[in-house]
Amino acid sequence: MPLLEIKNLHVEVEGKKILNGLTLTIKKGQVAAIMGPNGSGKSTLAYVLAGKANYHVTEGDVLLDGASILEMKPDERAAKGVFLAFQYPVEVPGVATMTFLRTALNAQRKTRGEGELSTPEFMKLVRDTSAHLGVNQEMLRRPVNVGFSGGEKKRNEILQMAILRPRLAVLDETDSGLDIDALQIVAEGVNRLRSPERSMIVITHYQRLLNFIVPDVVHVLAKGRVVKTGGKELALELEAKGYAQYVDEAA
Amino acid sequence: MPAVQETVEQVRRIDVDQYKYGFVTDIESEKAPIGLSEDTVRYISAKKNEPEWMLAWRLEAFRRWLTMREPTWARVDYPKIDYQNAYYFSAPKKNALASLDEVDPEILRTYEKLGIPLREQEILAGVVRPEGERRVAVDAVFDSVSVATTFKAELKKAGVIFMPISEALREHPELVKKYLGSVVPITDNFFATLNSAVFSDGSFVYVPAGVRCPMELSTYFRINEKNTGQFERTLIIADKGAYVSYLEGCTAPMRDENQLHAAVVELVAHDDAEIKYSTVQNWYPGDADGKGGIFNFVTKRGDCRGARSKISWTQVETGSAITWKYPSCILRGDNSRGEFYSIAISNGRQQVDSGTKMIHLGKNTTSRIISKGISAGKSNNTYRGLVTAHRKATNARNFTNCDSLLIGNQCGAHTVPYIEAKNSSAVFEHEASTSKISEDMLFYCQQRGMSAEEATALVVNGFVKDVLQQLPMEFAVEAQKLISISLEGSVG
Amino acid sequence: MNVELRPVKTPAELALSASYADARARLPGKGAVAELREDAFRRFETRGLPHRRVEQWKYTDLRALLRDSYPLAALPDAAARAHAKNAGQVLTGVDRRRLVFVDGAFAPELSDLTEEEGLTIGSLADALAKADPLVMAHVGKVFATEDVGVALNTALMGDGAVIRIAAGVTPQRPIHLIFAAGSETPSSAFVRSLIVIEKGAKAAIIESHDGGDSQVNSALELVVGDDTQVDYVKITQGRALHIASLLATVGARAKFNSFAFTGDAALVRNQNFIRFAGENTKAAIRGVSLLRGRDHVDNTLLIEHAAPHCESREQFRSVLDGESHAVFQGKIVVQPHAQKTDAKMLTRALLLSDNAEADNKPELEIFADDVVCGHGATAGALDPGLKFYLMSRGISEKESEALLIEAFIDETIEEIAHEGIRDALKFAALKWLGSRG
Repeated sequence: MPLLEIKNLHVEVEGKKILNGLTLTIKKGQVAAIMGPNGSGKSTLAYVLAGKANYHVTEGDVLLDGASILEMKPDERAAKGVFLAFQYPVEVPGVATMTFLRTALNAQRKTRGEGELSTPEFMKLVRDTSAHLGVNQEMLRRPVNVGFSGGEKKRNEILQMAILRPRLAVLDETDSGLDIDALQIVAEGVNRLRSPERSMIVITHYQRLLNFIVPDVVHVLAKGRVVKTGGKELALELEAKGYAQYVDEAA
Repeated sequence: MPAVQETVEQVRRIDVDQYKYGFVTDIESEKAPIGLSEDTVRYISAKKNEPEWMLAWRLEAFRRWLTMREPTWARVDYPKIDYQNAYYFSAPKKNALASLDEVDPEILRTYEKLGIPLREQEILAGVVRPEGERRVAVDAVFDSVSVATTFKAELKKAGVIFMPISEALREHPELVKKYLGSVVPITDNFFATLNSAVFSDGSFVYVPAGVRCPMELSTYFRINEKNTGQFERTLIIADKGAYVSYLEGCTAPMRDENQLHAAVVELVAHDDAEIKYSTVQNWYPGDADGKGGIFNFVTKRGDCRGARSKISWTQVETGSAITWKYPSCILRGDNSRGEFYSIAISNGRQQVDSGTKMIHLGKNTTSRIISKGISAGKSNNTYRGLVTAHRKATNARNFTNCDSLLIGNQCGAHTVPYIEAKNSSAVFEHEASTSKISEDMLFYCQQRGMSAEEATALVVNGFVKDVLQQLPMEFAVEAQKLISISLEGSVG
Repeated sequence: MNVELRPVKTPAELALSASYADARARLPGKGAVAELREDAFRRFETRGLPHRRVEQWKYTDLRALLRDSYPLAALPDAAARAHAKNAGQVLTGVDRRRLVFVDGAFAPELSDLTEEEGLTIGSLADALAKADPLVMAHVGKVFATEDVGVALNTALMGDGAVIRIAAGVTPQRPIHLIFAAGSETPSSAFVRSLIVIEKGAKAAIIESHDGGDSQVNSALELVVGDDTQVDYVKITQGRALHIASLLATVGARAKFNSFAFTGDAALVRNQNFIRFAGENTKAAIRGVSLLRGRDHVDNTLLIEHAAPHCESREQFRSVLDGESHAVFQGKIVVQPHAQKTDAKMLTRALLLSDNAEADNKPELEIFADDVVCGHGATAGALDPGLKFYLMSRGISEKESEALLIEAFIDETIEEIAHEGIRDALKFAALKWLGSRG
């Protein structure tokens, strides 16, 4: 059974139709890139998978392990292993990153019926994980994303992903706002998490990111549905020719 | 269902009837006859074997009170209080205990149920901690009379006087006489004057010149007897160069009738002295319809009497049906400093009207106000504050930040600051904001696996962090828990 | 205990009652208007003049300040009219339509009544006397308030302007209501105006007062229709005891700007009652007050967001010298359904003298959750660092101060859209600075 099946998904946001019968399947352990022009519905797809409010599914379904997740709250989906790396990570003033991580991890474990991690266990986990991502202790003490640079915010997203160990990671334009060095660190972090047990949806506008996170499959999204699917070479083709032909086709 | 809607639902669903601390301890008590008259005042004074001057002081207050009117300017609405239908004195029958062993086991069990921090329970149970460790002395006020005072000996060694005010009246009458009513005079306001007439007991602290109090002083207040107004009187004096940190925390049992509480707290800081006063207030807020619940009309005022003195108020207010409370600082001494840090959370039908007054009289005086109000349910939460610099208060400085957070669309958040600059060298800065809890933040937290309540509690704790940091460690942890409880009702 | 104390009536209160009793039969308007006056007068009688224990008047104790009430002004004679001719000079050079009122009475011969399509101008006294439908539909109804200042105006209103700007019309020039003092004898005037700006119209309205030793109670009822753009400027100068009330409702998608300039005025209370009744309105309520001597200027706002998606900006600045007293009270109320309200208020007081007093009370009263509201307030002296910097460049202390004060004032005046009015007020501010002792 595939990990994720999106079937004929129609989504409206504030009365505006964004997704128009999107169908997509993600196999276990697969890294799928989703590319598309601005306004094609990439971020909407990410939010719908995570269960954001005001994204109304008018038709279709999303199945995780064969069961619909559309009626689930965001935290229930997270506990089932859905993780969204935000394009614009949210600042949470006054809440230390460390506290945030522990609260999130223990909440998920509780929902799954696992015990809470002890403080030393948790500290060790964070220390080991954060070192790879160049996240220092000082950053962990700071409030979540507050005053973080663009690169720090994205590294923080990947750190959370590494700690929460999701089964489906949706990376929404993780490359936006990053210089090449930061991009490399983030991509390495992501690659380290690739495993047969973990699928990823890598949403990006540019091919560049896919040089670092090499996808198993590339889907092109235009006007709210998948218009073309191919191998990693499809990304290069898009880079060369642009999205124009697909936009026209979808219309 | 949209995330915020859920939160709103959660908050709405909070069953205040499940109030964790709503129980009644069964202890025999001795009461003054119902109602309020000169006889009541005489009864109270006689019961406590007070000196003649104290009775005269009380009677003067009582006569004054008869001419006063209940204030109506606050944004609170409550049924008329029948002052003749309340008891003004109630004491557990066994009092004047020689040691902790004599404390009624029922009371100790009550503390346990209240979740008094382990450290303090140990202290109450008589566990002696190794030298050098941080300690807390608890002067436990059960209903109206202090029944147990711990760590007295050690404090005595340092020269610190910490005892029920009734005892201080006997042992240190000169100190009490000198300072009582010197910050909050008996003519001050309706509730303070009432308190002056009928106060039952409270804490008295005197820290002599140059002494740093070796431990945090702590009192747990608890209203227990049915229909008993609680009139605590606290008087804290830090002599020249002294330092003391005082913690006050309270819970109350569930009752159908509204219970009146009109405490008075007076602080006096002499030259170079510092007083830090922290409160966690968690009294019964009433049921889902706002029935029951404590009416909390408190007068708290600190007098920075000496040069370079400092008084700092920190409060976490989550309980009571009505809160009417403005811990204030009179910055009389040159270069003195006043601080006010406040978290006020209202839910259900609670009404909070709270804030502070910073009255700059001396030169180079500074003050800082950080207020965080959170309104949920059908509550109303008002910040009311006064900052004033008088003609001679040259170079007065104030910074005020007051933020309000709204959870749900049936509550109200109000901000009423008065800023009065009466000389040109004063610099006052004031900023205030009101907004709803951010949906983006909640979604971000939920996406990481937190439930709506957990996410709300986390975001709110972040919102109030600047104030929580001001609390002593023991209290900060408690307070954080309390915030989650008061917003979610799911814990406990 | 709890006995309601009935204060002894002050001479001013007694005089006001006498004025009303005496003038009642002569005041314009019968029937509904007379009833409106009676109601309002009763409100005054029960409450008396507002005093410091009336929260909205906390810092302007009218009962204490108004020692005596002057008799109602007589109709202006030729001398008074001649005397009033030069009023409103502050805007000389601005091309505008002048409507002159002398001691509260409309002076058509001093006014510019050239016909203009879609613009109707009349006198309130006339309109009340003939029960003009426009006036009957709005007078006393634009913003309901219990305020006694407004009540007195309603009870005793004599004359004022009635202006209607028809839907879609943009008058060619700003309309300037000039309220001038004419008589040499101390008198009191109760002026009331009604301006109705219909859907889609665009208008600039100026109201100026420069009274001598008189008492003026002025009220303007302003109906700002949907999709309109309205700029309203009030200029108050002179030694009068001046109480002004703006009562406004603002319709949907309107752009409403108001500016109150007060300089060298003895005792001014500007109270603004403004309700946003339609969605997506944008409003800016601003003001600058320049005070010295024993001037007392009170700007009080009640801004009511009664509809969703409205944005309001309130910005007031005052400069205080001598023993003057500036008051700002700004209350923003957000009603339960006014979601997405965006309201920000900022007040700043610059104290030039140790004997001046600035009292600030910005207030938020919020009943809707999805809002962004805030206020900021500062009070303080000139920045000594800046002053030193200027002086180190060779500018004299006095001039350095003047430059910094000018900058402080200009930041707000700069926001006035009409160039001519903006420049005129900048000039008035400079003049004030120049004459600073």
